[in-house]
Amino acid sequence: MPGTLTDASIAFGLVTFVMLFVLNLGGLMTWIERKQAAIMQDRIGANRASIFGLRLMGLFHPLADAIKMLTKEAFYPARADRVLFSLAPFVSVFFALVAFASIPFGDTLSIAGREVPLQALTFNVGLLYVFAMLSLGVYGVMMAGWSSANNFALLGGQRAAALMITAEVAIGASIVGVVMVYGSLNLMDIVRGQGALLGGWLPMWGIITQPLAFVLFLTAGIAATKRIPFDMPEGESEIIGYFVEYSGMKFGLFVMADFLETVVIAGMTVSLFLGGWQVPYLGREGWAFPWGATIVLPRLPVALLQVAAFVFKLVVMIWFLMLIRWTLPRFRYDQAMRLGWLGLFPLSIANIVLTGGALLLWGPR
Amino acid sequence: MRPAQRVYLREVLSGLGLTARHFFVNMGRHIAHALGRRNARGAVTIQYPEEHRGYSPRLRSLHRLVRREDGSPRCVACMMCETVCPAYCIYIVAGEHPNPEIEKVCEAFSIDLGKCVFCGYCVEACPEDAIRMDTGILGDAPRARARRTRREASVSGTHPPRPDPVACRPPSSSPSPPSPSPRPSG
Repeated sequence: MPGTLTDASIAFGLVTFVMLFVLNLGGLMTWIERKQAAIMQDRIGANRASIFGLRLMGLFHPLADAIKMLTKEAFYPARADRVLFSLAPFVSVFFALVAFASIPFGDTLSIAGREVPLQALTFNVGLLYVFAMLSLGVYGVMMAGWSSANNFALLGGQRAAALMITAEVAIGASIVGVVMVYGSLNLMDIVRGQGALLGGWLPMWGIITQPLAFVLFLTAGIAATKRIPFDMPEGESEIIGYFVEYSGMKFGLFVMADFLETVVIAGMTVSLFLGGWQVPYLGREGWAFPWGATIVLPRLPVALLQVAAFVFKLVVMIWFLMLIRWTLPRFRYDQAMRLGWLGLFPLSIANIVLTGGALLLWGPR
Repeated sequence: MRPAQRVYLREVLSGLGLTARHFFVNMGRHIAHALGRRNARGAVTIQYPEEHRGYSPRLRSLHRLVRREDGSPRCVACMMCETVCPAYCIYIVAGEHPNPEIEKVCEAFSIDLGKCVFCGYCVEACPEDAIRMDTGILGDAPRARARRTRREASVSGTHPPRPDPVACRPPSSSPSPPSPSPRPSG
């Protein structure tokens, strides 16, 4: 029995760590977004919220936003379906939150005599799980659009569904190449596979073996987050979108879901294409450089370095997604559809064919 | 559209390069500022209530009533400026001139600087070139200006609620020696 208790507490600890990490990162992203946009545009950004005169570069603004949203009126439209209307933001944010569970943030770590893989959910089809959760997230958006009894909201929900199908097809087709190269749907195995060296010196990261898939996946992933270059479901300049009737924290949850989806997409990009928790040339026993030098390290510092590498790559990726969000103008609806169906999708298929040919010629027998 | 533009990716990358350069340059300046380089500024923001941006020394915001050779104001109380003023901040009191050939003359000319928007329409409207706007004072914030104007509001005897910072002297029947203009006319 103590064995099961240890197992349970390890699982609980992992889940708590991942959930708090993602949740806080999502909350912090409102601050990152404001500040990064401001710095890119030669401004300072929100810095007025203060507690006892302490401003901390505007770090209290997310807190102030939360207080504001929680104390606002929870408005229900007269003819809204109240159950679905209340449920929609929770569905949206729930699936965005659980999608991160099977993304590994470190190698296995031995705790209490067990080899614990550092991911909240050890799963053989982790990759499929993440995309299943991301796809389910759109149900919240469609529920919101349907239950609001508002034509603009309905239009936004429909657009969200169309965009999600477009993005999902491209995402699914573009990761097939990655799966073919690393031969697994388990994200941990995919990340391990990226630790191999190509030609003895080049880390076999996904961005090197699958550069086309990287671009396609990133584009489709941004579309899946419903943020600005692909913000048709919101369409602030035309239809306001699926959350037009929402107020207070319910609205805040939709915004939060977008941020969480950005975190998930960044985590997926890091895991599939940027080597996940891999540090170049760092193995379990320490560094082994291609020119022969070795630095021997104990297990724990290696594991910590790998977790730090994952977090660092994740933050850089989030920064990059923010950079895209604050640089590109939005696509029109038909442009996004054309890009998805006539650009990303055929190219993903071509990538699969090319990868298959390459594996046939040079791949492992 | 050229095929290279249709792919769109290169344009995206050049745009991202531009914004990323802004980000890193500004971030470097912010860090330099935090490390003690006070003249490094990563943003063009002026933190308004604490920090004021001074007016340009070339700002023409000081009204001046122009006088004739004999020192009497040029203003003939035609009310053009009062009519054109979008802020309704000009108050003119017209009076009789002892010379019957002169129709009327200005007895009091007051501008409420708390209301004035410094558009310069009064200068354009004036057919006699009697009012001009000069560079000079009023370089401080509008609120301080309004406070001062309210304080000076009691100076005028003719219009108790109205300020009278630029009252013209009523014309005397005897030609008085030309008083020196407060500023050289330009």
